[in-house]
Amino acid sequence: MNTLFDKIWDKHVVQQVEDGPTQLYIDRLYCHEVTSPQAFDGMRARGLKCFRPQQIFCMPDHNTPTHDQDKPIEDPVSRKQVDTLAKNAAEFGLTHYGMMSKDNGIIHVVGPEKGLSLPGMTIVCGDSHTSTHGAMGAVAFGIGTSEVEMVMASQCILQQKPKSMRITINGVLGKGVTPKDVALYLMAQITTSGATGYFIEYAGSTVKAMSMEGRLTLCNLSIEMGARGGFIAPDSTTFNYLKGREYAPKGEAWDKAVAYWKTLKSGDDAVFDKELSFNAADIEPRVTYGTNPGMGIGITESLPPAPSKGRESYEKAMNYMQFEAGQKLLGTKVDYVFLGACTNGRIEDFRAFAHLVKGRHKSPDVVAWLVPGSWAVDKQIREEGLDKVLEAAGFEIRQPGCSACLAMNDDKVPAGKLAVSTSNRNFEGRQGPGSRTILASPLTAAAAAITGVITDPRELI
Amino acid sequence: MKQKFNIITSTCVPLPMENVDTDQIIPARFLKATTREEKFFGDNLFRDWRYNADGTLNNDFVLNNPKYSGCILVAGKNFGSGSSREHAAWAIAGYGFRVVISSFFADIHKNNELNNFVLPVVVSEAFLAELFASIDADAKTEVEVDLPNQTVTNKATGRSEHFDINAYKKHCLMNGLDDIDFLVENKQKTEQWEQANK
Repeated sequence: MNTLFDKIWDKHVVQQVEDGPTQLYIDRLYCHEVTSPQAFDGMRARGLKCFRPQQIFCMPDHNTPTHDQDKPIEDPVSRKQVDTLAKNAAEFGLTHYGMMSKDNGIIHVVGPEKGLSLPGMTIVCGDSHTSTHGAMGAVAFGIGTSEVEMVMASQCILQQKPKSMRITINGVLGKGVTPKDVALYLMAQITTSGATGYFIEYAGSTVKAMSMEGRLTLCNLSIEMGARGGFIAPDSTTFNYLKGREYAPKGEAWDKAVAYWKTLKSGDDAVFDKELSFNAADIEPRVTYGTNPGMGIGITESLPPAPSKGRESYEKAMNYMQFEAGQKLLGTKVDYVFLGACTNGRIEDFRAFAHLVKGRHKSPDVVAWLVPGSWAVDKQIREEGLDKVLEAAGFEIRQPGCSACLAMNDDKVPAGKLAVSTSNRNFEGRQGPGSRTILASPLTAAAAAITGVITDPRELI
Repeated sequence: MKQKFNIITSTCVPLPMENVDTDQIIPARFLKATTREEKFFGDNLFRDWRYNADGTLNNDFVLNNPKYSGCILVAGKNFGSGSSREHAAWAIAGYGFRVVISSFFADIHKNNELNNFVLPVVVSEAFLAELFASIDADAKTEVEVDLPNQTVTNKATGRSEHFDINAYKKHCLMNGLDDIDFLVENKQKTEQWEQANK
């Protein structure tokens, strides 16, 4: 009752279907090449046009290679999917940021940086990490392809209203502890299904103190707790980030928008279906050890024993990861390091990585992929001279895209190899068939890239 | 695809694993298709569990065990977590499953199943544990899923439970209707909302 989630959701209710879901108005639909072609086909089969084409933005990101983007994509199947998005966008009159356009990048990086994702909006995309845009103070959630078609056809979606949860984190994060570590900590505390059925509002002094990039990382990972989405009430950090961005309101419209955005907060009397509180001081740099993101530990801790419930799943995960209960991960040899993804492919992540590796050199035993989340991030990396720092330390910057997060392009971790990855999922085979993934922050990834083993980043800061 | 749903009685395929994510249901490399061919996705359902790395069948995996068959998949807690890929629901439908029974589903995947006329049935942990035990004791154990009455029955033990589904979605499933039909019919209401919220 009277939560920010209620306020945004209720404002967007077109109608309540009798004994059924809510017809919810959607302000923004993002489309990428993987989850949209069948929706466009469905539209054609029904003879429909997009109801509000100006509210739909398309860009390829999942299949795009991270090198030689100026040449045709080598894999013909990937190329066809990327080309299909361009053709569909043209046919249906939608904005499309093609590969190599300076506007291209991962959809969840581009949306906020162009000011397309604004406070108070409802935002959807056929991608579970749409929760990222919640950092702007929006209700943003991932949907399936049938639902993408619904929004194309009607700018609406039918949904049951989720329950509300507030997660409050107070205190100052310790040295070397980042928003990624906060999210990995939360997942381990509440499990990957702990927030299923809920929308999360993140609050507390720790969250307030986070930069926009940090907030985007935190909200991005809401889905890994099972939540439909997660968001943060907009404040001066949000407004300062948005001001002057391409699609943000300008002039008088800006003042009016900010006045409205300032009202977007949960009431003092707000009642949540569930409330959880955590202390920043309890969080250290985190690493995962299993095959779901909730299977994580503090970097200095030992792997826990098999739980009494779910023993079979635990043992399957340990067998896959080649780890044992009771062991520590510190000192474990690392083969690959991946910096990037909609989770940690922003400028702040590259700053953190560069800061740690500055004056050091990449381990010769590690293959490192550094993939900016967008061309705008790439540009800023170069403007800030981070490219020079990274190159001096033996790293190369690749071209933007989702890359090794889900390995739909060539960036695949070979079977059996261990990767320390700043992405969002450590599922079996996620980074390539047989690949083994440890999720961590950009700092922890940088430390592993330098030493060649899992290393507490605090030792190198 | 749009199959009308009523009462289904079938033997089951048991998958007691918890937290089965959609990357396992259909790995990302099969998402490059630009069409919705159910057979393609069905053939690659649980691809990396069904086949060994060298392409041979993994005989330890339940889909390759001739003992088990039927159009009901019985899965461990938190089924369908992770990626929103609807391809996972297409794979389940394409393989021939019409019902998935679990004690807990991830939200997006649950909607995706419903939008593909696959019925996710949420049961209690006790019902699920008993059902796994029944199937383990007798692979021919049948389950009856009665959508009109919203009941699921383990025919080996006779235990029956009520399951939830909203009246609108139940009507859609029983009559082969989808949400897009509804939303397109309601365009005028959407335009009214836009006028009021300019």
